[in-house]
Amino acid sequence: MTELTQTIHSILAELRPEADFSMSVDYLTDGLLDSTDIVSLVASLDARYGISIEGTDILPEHFTSVATIARLLGKYGVAS
Amino acid sequence: MNFTFRNMRIGGLLVVVPENESRYADEWDNYNFPVANSRKLQNVIGIDRHRLVTEGTCASDLALFGLRHLIDRGDLQPDEIDGLILVTETPDYFMPPTSSVIQGKLGLSQDMWCLDLNQGCAGFAVGLIQGFMMLQQESINRVVLVNADTLTRTCSPQDRNAYPLLGDAASIAILEPSADPATIHANLQMDGAQHEKIMIPAGGFRLPSTPDTAQVELASDGNYRGQDHYHMDGIAVLNFVQNQIPPLIENLLSTAATRLDEVDWFMFHQPNRFMLEKLADKLGVPRKKLPNDVVEHYGNASSVTIPTAITHTLGAGLTENTYKMCLCGFGVGLTCSSLLLQIGGLRFCEMMDYPSAQQETA
Repeated sequence: MTELTQTIHSILAELRPEADFSMSVDYLTDGLLDSTDIVSLVASLDARYGISIEGTDILPEHFTSVATIARLLGKYGVAS
Repeated sequence: MNFTFRNMRIGGLLVVVPENESRYADEWDNYNFPVANSRKLQNVIGIDRHRLVTEGTCASDLALFGLRHLIDRGDLQPDEIDGLILVTETPDYFMPPTSSVIQGKLGLSQDMWCLDLNQGCAGFAVGLIQGFMMLQQESINRVVLVNADTLTRTCSPQDRNAYPLLGDAASIAILEPSADPATIHANLQMDGAQHEKIMIPAGGFRLPSTPDTAQVELASDGNYRGQDHYHMDGIAVLNFVQNQIPPLIENLLSTAATRLDEVDWFMFHQPNRFMLEKLADKLGVPRKKLPNDVVEHYGNASSVTIPTAITHTLGAGLTENTYKMCLCGFGVGLTCSSLLLQIGGLRFCEMMDYPSAQQETA
């Protein structure tokens, strides 16, 4: 697990401490994240990495797993 | 679709909010989420408190309260009203039009045009365009644009995605001729293919309300709501806004040959602070020129958030000062609309409370 994926895991755990993200292949269809969680997650990622993820990138497909979130962050220059 | 208008203005602006207030922190136990999760959301999207009508209060009650206040104070002459537009998603009845109810209760002239518009968060911009179109007729010299909604009555109190963000309110804008020849620019776009993104599924004739549709159930997003309740696909709407609004504003400013930095204020519909900060960043507008604190003080009262933003931010200062403003509304339909115009020198620009004890009869 890289530092980036560890950080994403810890932000997700802080966001939804009651959820088990490790067993999910799609956080949205499994009901682990909803639209307001995604908003909170983007705000946390913006603050953690000093970036501003554009609203047009706040698409469900970018928040289905740690891998898709890491790919999105890569677009903003956050190295995995 | 673009529009231009000349020799017209907003002459006064009044916002009416219920004095009844609820705090988000007091609602956490209603939601199906850990308190820590709800608390985090508070800081991100800017929720704190909202104004709600008490049981039985309708949008028209808020509107009538404000209109009578203006009439009693002499700021509005009933016999000068040629047009009354009511923009609402929460009418008193399916029929008759609620604008006719208001006309009757105020005893206004029969020689006038009453019109209900079923529009939501774009409704202030759409209402202004409709009102300015009315003013193009020689027989119409003064239009009262009323925006009023009681959306909290449509929303499940167990729906954290919607309930804490919504508020109830009404606004009254007086539209009238002006000697100022400055052109008002406006535009409008509608995407009915996305009409299900914000809707109340049951209660109309497509799906009449029944005990089954009223049943509150656990939805896939973790909230409890029924088909009788307001529902919004938050991510779809966020994407609609982030994709559609920047080109809409670019088109508006381009047709007006106006640079972004020549606009004093960007008074946009306010669904939540997060969405507006992202929008300001995308547009390249300083966040302080695009106010985003209406939801945390009053809640999102649909088409009333733009007049609320104007009165909350500038208030009585608009009786003396004049600013070039870009207004933009977006929401149900899905609809988006914007205007570029000078607003200032108003006869009144204020906000007032609607007392909880106030009772209007049918």
